[in-house]
Amino acid sequence: MLLSGCRFSTPNARASGEAPEFAVADIQGKKLALSDYRGKVVLLDFWATWCTPCLDEIPHFVEMQQKYATQGFQAIGISMDDGPKPVQTFYSEHKLNYPVAIGTAKLADSFGGILGLPVTFVIDRNGRIRKKFVGATDPKAIELEVVQALQLSP
Amino acid sequence: MNSSRLLRYVFILWLVVSGLLLLSIRSEGEPPSPLHPRHPVSSDAIPPDPQIPSRQMISSEELNQMLKVQAPLVLQVGPRSMFQQAHIPGAEYIGATSAPEGLEALRTRLNSVPKEKLVVIYCGCCPWDRCPNVHPAYKLLRSLGYSNVRVLYMAGDFGSDWVSKGYPTAKGD
Repeated sequence: MLLSGCRFSTPNARASGEAPEFAVADIQGKKLALSDYRGKVVLLDFWATWCTPCLDEIPHFVEMQQKYATQGFQAIGISMDDGPKPVQTFYSEHKLNYPVAIGTAKLADSFGGILGLPVTFVIDRNGRIRKKFVGATDPKAIELEVVQALQLSP
Repeated sequence: MNSSRLLRYVFILWLVVSGLLLLSIRSEGEPPSPLHPRHPVSSDAIPPDPQIPSRQMISSEELNQMLKVQAPLVLQVGPRSMFQQAHIPGAEYIGATSAPEGLEALRTRLNSVPKEKLVVIYCGCCPWDRCPNVHPAYKLLRSLGYSNVRVLYMAGDFGSDWVSKGYPTAKGD
């Protein structure tokens, strides 16, 4: 059941090429711009507080952030909740250790459309989308992709 | 009664019974109608759901066909950002009915909707068995006395089960 979403694909969700730039305010009011993380391997996770497959993945992303931050890894969450309140509550209750912002249709569109959750992108140090994971995914597969990306120099 | 007459009666009886059998088989195999959800247009199998009777679940193909000939009230009970990216043309945004605000929005919208109106609800945020929105929405509709309800079954999500299949979409609010 955990992996029940993994065989479905969000059509047109961008799977390669330069990751679209965005600059938003995170839920703590700080500026969050993808370009600020150039030189790092970024895990960009589209999720929502009501999306149970998404919530299953998040503890793994928190663990990866702790484990790989010194190697140049950065997780970023884009919540597709309709407002910040439930996200802020979730953020503090679950002690997320990476920035989270509220997504918009425009931001989702720029990534080719996010019409199902979760969708996770692994972006390399040069800002290029290395891999897209759609639906609930084995966290080991995502971690493997991140590790491989970390091993490559920019 | 002599044997030839008996045989004749048996033969006529056989013809009648065979004819009745053929008629019943034919009616089962009649081309499905989009107006009768019990006879789905699509061959996609919709698995049974413990909370929603199968006659009230509708596949993407069935709904697509229905919308060509009927004008049900179509309500999206998922996230706004997904509605804005793509939604079923003519659908109205309600909001995620896993939250009290979404249920209240649905209740408010239904204030002016006659109980016999055909209402279709959908979400498509995530796989059907993980969706937190459609079941609360369906439950509310039924509790308010709406029985002419259809719930769009999407095994995966709106992207894979509607958009990628080429069914019509609209953008924005």
